Amino acid sequence: MTAATGGFELVVNGEARSLDVEARTLLVHALRDELRLTGTHVGCDTSQCGACTVLVDGRAVKSCTMLAVQAEGTEVTTIEGLARDGELHPLQRAFVEHHGLQCGFCTPGMILTAHDLLSREPDPDEAAIRRALRGNFCRCTGYQTIVDSVRAAAA
Amino acid sequence: MIAAAFRHRRASSLDDALEALADPDAKALAGGQSLLPVLKLRVVRPSLIVDIGRLDLGGVRREGDEVRIGALTTWEELIRAPDLQQAPLAAITECAVEVGDLQVRNRGTLGGSLAHADPASDVPAVVLALGARLVVHSASGERTVDASEFFQGPFTTVLGQGELITEVVFSVAPGAGSAYVKVEHPASGFALAGAAALVRPDGEESVAVTGIGAHAFLLPADREPQEGLSDAEIYGDRFAPEEYRRHLAGVVVERALERARARVEDRR
Repeated sequence: MTAATGGFELVVNGEARSLDVEARTLLVHALRDELRLTGTHVGCDTSQCGACTVLVDGRAVKSCTMLAVQAEGTEVTTIEGLARDGELHPLQRAFVEHHGLQCGFCTPGMILTAHDLLSREPDPDEAAIRRALRGNFCRCTGYQTIVDSVRAAAA
Repeated sequence: MIAAAFRHRRASSLDDALEALADPDAKALAGGQSLLPVLKLRVVRPSLIVDIGRLDLGGVRREGDEVRIGALTTWEELIRAPDLQQAPLAAITECAVEVGDLQVRNRGTLGGSLAHADPASDVPAVVLALGARLVVHSASGERTVDASEFFQGPFTTVLGQGELITEVVFSVAPGAGSAYVKVEHPASGFALAGAAALVRPDGEESVAVTGIGAHAFLLPADREPQEGLSDAEIYGDRFAPEEYRRHLAGVVVERALERARARVEDRR
């Protein structure tokens, strides 16, 4: 039995990449260990905490609960792919300005989930932000400054 | 956690998928939001994963007095489907917004959740109360299964080896109202008790519950819902003992009925 995928292509942060990993390899491990994009964090590894959230074709997904091979042919965006020409993305800037992070472990996931929300709902109220971030855990901030940051980025 | 090794085959068509699924050691992978966690825990160890995720089995379409939902339709797609924004089917979107979180709803599918048949998942109550039919394909043909016959036990359905849910069909009862209400486990988000109700303009009511037993089930049509609950076989665990779950079930049943009835009246 061969568990290899034979290699496949995908676009990561705007760049064409190829991956040659086992079929069972999770997207988060392919991103971190093969492509060295370590901004995507492994938190709970059980689809709850959201630290591993990335965008796949613009939609937030938990990359610990997706096989790398399921991302074949898609466009994946990680936290490393948000800044443009050395300028932070408005969400990143808002998190800095509104203290949306303390230790920072959950931040990439928070920002990418918020990115999905704002792409569909450019001006969400606080309740909508809290609903969208339900699958992202922060153990430092108590969430208020994270909600403030997303609101500020939307404004 | 790393799953045990398996081969991955991306199905190029429904027929291709059904042929691959004839292998007794194969598992179908849709959005993966139920299967990936159990693969990682090695609770299941298939040697072949048949990836059906790219098949054209998604979408919601209205056909006469029916709404047909493709098995690969995600929760987020259900929430936004124009054909589901109507009182008789309100329970479907009300349930979809309650599933997991945004990331899970972006990938998780209706068919995948039904096939997984977690006894605490939301949508089984909805397909039961609304009297949905599941279209099931296999290499040897096609059959239709009533939701009321589908669930057999925890994580157990009538799906046989090599069978795949392709579509879920809902009849739209004119003038009716439906609703889904749950009390969730605060950590997992799964239902401690969930209830779906369908109320027709003539007063006929259909109620199903989830999260409280071996699988979601319809309450008997010829008895008051609370009576039906009083002698149902209900699970207890360290999160919610049997009596507490029975109480919660009574509460969500009443709330679902109330909301569904209000939706009937809304149309008058």
